[in-house]
Amino acid sequence: MDWSRFPQLAEDIAGLWAKYGVVNYLSGMGRTLTLAVVATLIGCAIGLACGILQTIPHVKTDPPAKRFFLAVIRVVLRIYIEVFRGTPMILQAVFIFYGLPYFTNNTVRFDSIWTVSILVVSINTGAYMAESVRGGILSIDPGQTEGAKAIGMTHFQTMMSVILPQALRNIMPQIGNNFIINIKDTSVMFIIGFTDFFAAHKAVAGATFTYFPSATIEMAGYLTMTLIASFLLRWMEKRMDGSDSYELVQTDSLTMTAGTYNHPAKGSNYDEHSKEYHTKQKRAGRNLRKHRQNDGEER
Amino acid sequence: MGEMILEIRHLGKSFGSHEVLRDIDFTVAKGDVTSIIGASGSGKSTLLRCVNLLETPTSGEILYHGKNVADRGVNAPAYRSHVGMVFQSFNLFSNMTVLKNCMVGQMKVLKKSQEEARASALKYLDDVGMGPYINAKPRQLSGGQKQRVAIARALAMDPEVLLFDEPTSALDPEMVGEVLAVMQSLAQAGMTMLVVTHEMAFARDVSSHVVYMNQGVICEEGAPSEVFGNPQKQETKDFLSRFRSV
Repeated sequence: MDWSRFPQLAEDIAGLWAKYGVVNYLSGMGRTLTLAVVATLIGCAIGLACGILQTIPHVKTDPPAKRFFLAVIRVVLRIYIEVFRGTPMILQAVFIFYGLPYFTNNTVRFDSIWTVSILVVSINTGAYMAESVRGGILSIDPGQTEGAKAIGMTHFQTMMSVILPQALRNIMPQIGNNFIINIKDTSVMFIIGFTDFFAAHKAVAGATFTYFPSATIEMAGYLTMTLIASFLLRWMEKRMDGSDSYELVQTDSLTMTAGTYNHPAKGSNYDEHSKEYHTKQKRAGRNLRKHRQNDGEER
Repeated sequence: MGEMILEIRHLGKSFGSHEVLRDIDFTVAKGDVTSIIGASGSGKSTLLRCVNLLETPTSGEILYHGKNVADRGVNAPAYRSHVGMVFQSFNLFSNMTVLKNCMVGQMKVLKKSQEEARASALKYLDDVGMGPYINAKPRQLSGGQKQRVAIARALAMDPEVLLFDEPTSALDPEMVGEVLAVMQSLAQAGMTMLVVTHEMAFARDVSSHVVYMNQGVICEEGAPSEVFGNPQKQETKDFLSRFRSV
């Protein structure tokens, strides 16, 4: 191996960065990240919606209209998921960007490449996320659903308050996967002219014929973005887990321990007719006076 | 006898060809504490789950204040909000603190304000002796503590009747006492309760009515003194003889 090439590489990179760093590479990174973040968020929302719809409980005794409606929803979702998961994103972009004007004689078309890019990456992410969300929901103990049902919650309330928060935590690694894949794979949007970080490489390399130094910048750039993403996702997971410890609330000296309250003969803890209430009140008063005296002596 | 809350009429439940419950008939009046006892697999839990519509009965009626809730098209969530349930495995929401567990139903289902929900949650948590633990997550509690929170969660919905599905069966022996003490004080306070239990002492001393189930049918029922003191059927005698110490 020719180690002497390294100083040469460093020099080339420095040259490229000085000339194209901000205009091409950094702005490309900005666009890549924006697209990845926005599309991942929208994709998650699509996935969550699909997950909720797919897991609506249905039994044989439901009215036929409800069963038919649910069956239609499941079939439509199935087709959406299979089609968008099963075809390359690069072709989906072409289909939507060129297909719509083709079939509508140019009357329906997207003027903004941003809109198309976000749309394509979002529905693609959504198709993958729908399955992840479904898995996340299935992973939650059925007891959680029963607990929620038993206090009268509807399916939607159960999902929003109990199941999805837990499912979402469980599929965070999957969301992270999708986000990182999106950071890299948004580069295929060049097919419809989206100038992301990878497009910057093609522009610069085409102008200067410095393929390898530019690719090195790309490699380092992508790795930096994905490492930061990983780090942020880990941090979010930790935050979602919450603290491992908890504070005991200062026990009210009037509260008795389990098993001795609400006794009809004694009245409740807060009942002033209760003997225990008065002894405890007196004790509390004595302690308070004692503390005050102690404070006075110290002064 | 007080006002009828629940009337179970000819209730039957099959899982496929397996008939779990057959022609079950009994009533729950206001203030009743009914214990359902019987061997494992006799259909006790399925019966309780049918009463709460967590299982759909295959036949028969469940009349709640005279209205059949086992009918199609009945708003099951609305009915369940009047009928509390405490599970063997607690089923506390693991993503919420103890306090939130007792507030969420009041806010989402009963549409109470946050302050109202908090106040009543704190009251019931204090009642079950869990006041100091409101900031804990369920995973940080012992089994007995979890079950007491689960009872507070059910009580916070201000139910007309409270169903207990073997509330102490998943607990270590030293924690059974604290949960039974809470249930006993509820019974004394006049709560209407339907309890599936293996705690014969509780069934005998606390309940006002005992139902002995065997192989999916009610074999014998009556006041605790009758069922425990002078069982009529051979099956009941055999079953109770296994709890000689009681």
